[in-house]
Amino acid sequence: MSSKSKSALIIGAGIAGIQASLDLAEMGIKVHLIEETSTIGGRMPQLDKTFPTNDCSMCILAPKMSECARHPNIQIHIKSKVETVTGDPGNFIAEIIEEAKYVDPVKCVACGLCEEKCPVKVADEFDIQLRKRGAISRYFLQSIPSEYTIDKEKCLYLTKGVCRLCEKVCSAEAINFDDKDKKIKLKVGAVIVATGIDAFDPIGFGHFGYKRYKNVVTSLEFERMLSASGPFGGHVVRASDNVEPKSIAFIQCVGSRDESIGHDYCSSACCMFAIKEAIIAKEHMKGLKPSLFYMDIRAFGKDFDKYYEKAKGQYGVEFIKSKVSDITETNKGNLKLRYVLENGDIKFKDFDMVVLSIGLEPRKNIRELAEKLDIKLNEYGFCRSDAFTPLKTNREGIFVCGASNGPKDIPESVVSASGAVAEAIKYLKLERQELQEKKVVEKDVFGERPRVGVFVCHCGINIAGVVDVKDVAENAKNIANVEHSEDLMYACSQDCMNTIKERIEEHNLNRIVVAACTPRTHEPLFRETISEAGLNPYLFEMANIRDQCSWAHMNEPELATEKSKDLVNMGVAKARDLIPLKRLPIDINPQALVIGGGLAGMTAAQSLAVAGYEVFLIEREKELGGNLQNIYFNFGKDPQKLLRDTIEETSKNKLIHIYKNSEIKKIDGYVGNFTTTFVNKSTGKEKQFEHGVVIIATGAEEHKTEEYLYGKSHRIVTLVEFEEMLYEKKFPGRKPKNVVMIQCVGSREEGKMYCSRICCTKAVKNALELKRLVPKVNIYIVNRDVRTYGFREKYYTELRDKGTMFVHYEPENKPQVKFVDKSDPDSKINVTVFDPIMDKEVVVTADLLVLSVAVDARKGNIELGKMLKVPLNEDGMFMEAHVKLRPVDFANDGVFVAGLAHNPKDMDESIMQAKAAASRALTFITKKAILAEGTITEVNEDRCSGCGYCEIICAYKAIEVDKEKEVAVVNEALCKGCGACVASCRCGALDLRGFSNEQLFASFEALDLVDVLGK
Amino acid sequence: MKDWQPKILAILCNWCSYAGAGLAGVSRMQYPPNVRVIRIPCSGRVDPLFIMKTLQSGFDGLLVSG
Repeated sequence: MSSKSKSALIIGAGIAGIQASLDLAEMGIKVHLIEETSTIGGRMPQLDKTFPTNDCSMCILAPKMSECARHPNIQIHIKSKVETVTGDPGNFIAEIIEEAKYVDPVKCVACGLCEEKCPVKVADEFDIQLRKRGAISRYFLQSIPSEYTIDKEKCLYLTKGVCRLCEKVCSAEAINFDDKDKKIKLKVGAVIVATGIDAFDPIGFGHFGYKRYKNVVTSLEFERMLSASGPFGGHVVRASDNVEPKSIAFIQCVGSRDESIGHDYCSSACCMFAIKEAIIAKEHMKGLKPSLFYMDIRAFGKDFDKYYEKAKGQYGVEFIKSKVSDITETNKGNLKLRYVLENGDIKFKDFDMVVLSIGLEPRKNIRELAEKLDIKLNEYGFCRSDAFTPLKTNREGIFVCGASNGPKDIPESVVSASGAVAEAIKYLKLERQELQEKKVVEKDVFGERPRVGVFVCHCGINIAGVVDVKDVAENAKNIANVEHSEDLMYACSQDCMNTIKERIEEHNLNRIVVAACTPRTHEPLFRETISEAGLNPYLFEMANIRDQCSWAHMNEPELATEKSKDLVNMGVAKARDLIPLKRLPIDINPQALVIGGGLAGMTAAQSLAVAGYEVFLIEREKELGGNLQNIYFNFGKDPQKLLRDTIEETSKNKLIHIYKNSEIKKIDGYVGNFTTTFVNKSTGKEKQFEHGVVIIATGAEEHKTEEYLYGKSHRIVTLVEFEEMLYEKKFPGRKPKNVVMIQCVGSREEGKMYCSRICCTKAVKNALELKRLVPKVNIYIVNRDVRTYGFREKYYTELRDKGTMFVHYEPENKPQVKFVDKSDPDSKINVTVFDPIMDKEVVVTADLLVLSVAVDARKGNIELGKMLKVPLNEDGMFMEAHVKLRPVDFANDGVFVAGLAHNPKDMDESIMQAKAAASRALTFITKKAILAEGTITEVNEDRCSGCGYCEIICAYKAIEVDKEKEVAVVNEALCKGCGACVASCRCGALDLRGFSNEQLFASFEALDLVDVLGK
Repeated sequence: MKDWQPKILAILCNWCSYAGAGLAGVSRMQYPPNVRVIRIPCSGRVDPLFIMKTLQSGFDGLLVSG
């Protein structure tokens, strides 16, 4: 390796770019995050809800966005583009053009007055032209950075030289028409491309009448309609008559799986997207009848099939397997769909509204960027990467993640982003980071009487426009213990924060209350400020008089002011009782444990070793390789070579200590401080080591079935057995003439309601290989849905073109399997199945029956889950901290998951996830120590009876009864400060620091309610 | 009693309902101004004692949301 750098460049600030930035920044790397629009966030903010949990998209994204904006190692460059990247990996020079914003980001307080007064009205991209915005605007309400920017192509002054109205109304004097485009040069070690995707524009599909018929909308437009913060406030109405629709048709694969437009790929996310929209729409409008027109429902992700079943059962969404040929408008904006069923029948159905499930396609400007970066695109125009190196481009040092190299849903994007980071660190200088030392010595306020300072923020006119801020500040002076109170124009601006620091000094304040916006975004900032003035950061309280007063009671200014006074009163009451809290440092042991030596485990171990960290790799079997040992084909790539190479590289790496034939006995401890005991299975020798993090990569196993006469004949085999046959080129009898494959054996049925994800692709892959070996063979793939998602679709098309029969079946009507001659041990097999295309039962006499059996969770997961205090889902797979945004983490810090242990997945996906897990683990072990939370539970040992109730309640296993002393003991490293144990304690022995009973009661009791009752 | 307005305390979880109250504000949704909000780290923090204390302090109603 020639050189390494301390900075990296990330292009695109959607969820993938944000995740990659955060991971690198946490490892101590300086990140330049380049974004073309005026905000970070990407596509996610446009979404209302996310499947399969119906989490609000913005609510889960917002914390990541603000973390990204606050992180000292991340520099966000909005309205910026990469011009060139020259030099070598580890030593690139990137040239960036930052467009003029015409608004000073330091001065702008995002009050929005400028946009209100802006005479230009432009169709808004965020709300997909369903709403108008000004020429000065921000992309959406919670944009980060929150400052406004001017669209130079739309601004009257910048185009015609007249207006400047925004400049006149801006009290912060933030408008700067002299702003110029800037060219900057950055030295970076690695580049990550995370530019995302565009949505397909169905305007060219005349037969669907998009833009011609008012009530035909795209799925993205419909998403904005469903959103409570969208242009219709979450109330879905038809554009033609503003009436709520009674029936909605969702048409799938619009712009996907369509060779005629060069999109011979599946967009992967739209089936679930449409099901989600149908469910949410139904929740909005109880009487609604949603119907979904589809070719295959591709609910292949974790817990997706359960969601699909819920849509069918609980929500009554109608699923029609068909192809819609056209739509015509009948009367009053109603729409008539013509569609063809599998058996060729042509049907018609009327709907009030139609939603086109538009596919994903490469970004319009990706070609331009690819040329600048000198990276190659694939046949569809996505960035090109390889199945076994799914995060690499053709140029060394430039990596790709998110949907820029193929359709992905949110968690897959997040996984690939963290994975790309693990690739990038080869060219980056990682150093173990010290805990940041406090710059200012903390004042000891113990024993001092409370001297509270109150600061009431105007927030421009956001608060002061409704609430009488001066009155609130004046009133606060009468509250006991308030030493000082004043109003500030923008409490969060640099000069006002300096004022707060000065006042602390001047009046010797020891508690601070700021009445302003929400502590969810601003508490960290103010805590930082008071700590710079020598106060413990926990001696701070906020009263939210903007979100809860001025904005929520705009028409009742007097009552809003009264409420503000009350909230300040409550804040002061709590502040009086606040005590300084300490965040204890937890030392982090830099070594890592990887459990499982399959593809995922070995890949993760290598990534950690590349970063220079020592790894213990434990494998239960005698050999490394796991399930990869049974894979022989992958569309022209050689998995066996991958296996050999990975084993060789892992084995010769001196930082990786491999223990084969070994089993884990015990894991104790918590993040940074685990102790693991394992035993060699043949010698029985026990060994112990200490480590800071754990990656679970225990894989999964093939389902054992007794269905379809499996085990009764050598002619009936599983997918894995069939692949071995293909490899050995040895089939039962002579060359097979008829081969039947039955899909979903043990998957997608009662009690095992999940898709095993890989079997459709494997069946297609093996069928293609068989066709190559025996071109005349007849293959019948009996399936529920063919789920060849993403670019795998191409092989499905190829196989169909080669004359393979795909027969659809429903679980109520499974194929029947019988021996032709029961007495003959070599008998062929009759498979009887109802063929919906022929509309009758067909019998195939097969030489070979291949069962695509499910991927099962390992039985040992339960035991391992208990040892590591991490949960499993109902199918026995490890359950990540958050299905969307924390896909390889657990709620329990320091433990990560990768590969099949998480859910069935293909090789490329296991590689990505393994790298992601390594990268997430590195965010911990690149630190010498981390700080535990200050707001944690404390135990009054004199009161504790040691009943253990708290131990049962705690979700984080952070409190335990000490057997000897018979009192509860809190593990400060594990406690998340939720306070559930406190509420459960029957002896009053527990209390939560920062939210103690005393503090909260003081808040309740602060108000003079008798007076209110009297009024 | 015609003009009487109940005084309500809302005890809200920081992660969902408190954020929801924020979103209501950001979306400029208007609601009656006689509710006062207390933020807690998790609705699991709510002790039955809170409810009694609240009512004892003179509040007419209590909303626990999380």
